[in-house]
Amino acid sequence: MSALIEFEGFNKFFGDQQVLKAVDLQVRRGEVVVILGPSGCGKSTLLRCLNGLESADGGHLRLGGEELLAPGTDWRQVRQRVGMVFQSYHLFGHMSVLDNLLLGPLKVQKRQRHEALAQAQALLARVGLLDKRDAYPRQLSGGQQQRIAIVRSLCMNPEVMLFDEVTAALDPEMVKEVLQVIQGLARDGMTLLIVTHEMAFARAVADRIVFMDAGRILEQNDPESFFSNPQTARAQQFLEKFSYMESLPKKMPAKELS
Amino acid sequence: MSFDVAFILSTLPAFLKAVGVTLQVGLIAIVTSLLVALVNAAILVYRTPYLQRVVQLYVELARNTPLLIQLFFVYFALPSLGLKISGFAAAIITMTFLGGAYLTEVLRAGVEAVPRAQLESGRSIGLSEAQLLWHVILPQAGLLSLPSLFANFVFLLKETTVVSAVAVPEILYTTKSYIALYYKTYEMLAVLTLICVLLFLPLSLLLRYLEGRLQHGQFGS
Repeated sequence: MSALIEFEGFNKFFGDQQVLKAVDLQVRRGEVVVILGPSGCGKSTLLRCLNGLESADGGHLRLGGEELLAPGTDWRQVRQRVGMVFQSYHLFGHMSVLDNLLLGPLKVQKRQRHEALAQAQALLARVGLLDKRDAYPRQLSGGQQQRIAIVRSLCMNPEVMLFDEVTAALDPEMVKEVLQVIQGLARDGMTLLIVTHEMAFARAVADRIVFMDAGRILEQNDPESFFSNPQTARAQQFLEKFSYMESLPKKMPAKELS
Repeated sequence: MSFDVAFILSTLPAFLKAVGVTLQVGLIAIVTSLLVALVNAAILVYRTPYLQRVVQLYVELARNTPLLIQLFFVYFALPSLGLKISGFAAAIITMTFLGGAYLTEVLRAGVEAVPRAQLESGRSIGLSEAQLLWHVILPQAGLLSLPSLFANFVFLLKETTVVSAVAVPEILYTTKSYIALYYKTYEMLAVLTLICVLLFLPLSLLLRYLEGRLQHGQFGS
């Protein structure tokens, strides 16, 4: 079976700086791919290119075999197939939760209101937020807003979901509720591309880890192999920074004052 | 000093009409200014080449010249170019010229205050640029501009007193007429002050209330 998403010799520049260098990446339908790498390595840019928020500067990008970099690509069509969730949720602040969820289905996809509403409510119930359907974003916690943002993308019935550091702005308790939702999607067999710094989560949810640095993919492997036996020196160095925290010695108990 | 209450009462019907004229000039000017500002703000926000420069020049010109001089220019200078217009028309044109410039800046600032992330978020669910404008940018920009928009509405209404200079029978013109005819300076200025307080203060309060309601309704807090 051919890949659902295919980057081939993909290049992207910001001004003179090349942020993606001849990237080759294939993602099969139903696969969960986690992209790891240091800040500025191009992993977020890669996701944004797939959603058309950034334009490419050469190479190929195919979705279901269809070339997206050809002129005349209808990105509005593509974006309905490729959902994207951002670090800071970006819900529409002037709309209630339900209006946020229904905007795309009603205005972009021109679906029937009762049908779209039923789906939105079912998905809200699934992420445990049905009681918040009439709330406004600013009344919700970060974790709740992020789960709503995920539902907003899901309401478009996408084939692929892109998660761009979706837990980076959340405190640890809220990280869990968001990751559970993503894990649920992975279990359902949805195709996911995830950029994250949550190493344990990456290890648990990924079918494959893609490691990037300075605009290139340096390494791709299944999570167990990647985390236990990284092939490149750069990946080893990257992982050491995370294990460093865990290996810190405990603070010595303070001496009692005599 | 005597205070002629009977005289004041006899002028009230005329003042009532004058209040009508003030409101008419003010409200028409607010609507036309808003229309001018919408077009201008769109030109500025979309950085339309050439037109953008014209709008910027207009805004600076209108905001940096006194309303009274603008009014005299329209009323006295344009007829010498063969354009003869009534005092009322001159009043509306001048008020629109001034109000349009102020409101242009208010709307532009409102649109630019909408976070870029909101646009990306809208695009990522497939909204077209027009849908983005209508469902995301304008409602948010509107709410963000509401306080200064309302403040400018009240400002425009107050500025209508300037058009008394070209014989538009609004409240100040009516006051000055009675003073010139009957020398009841003290009484007439008292009436004018009272009218201003009764007219503009409740309006300011009403607008503030509406602003609170709108933002509450939209953002839920």
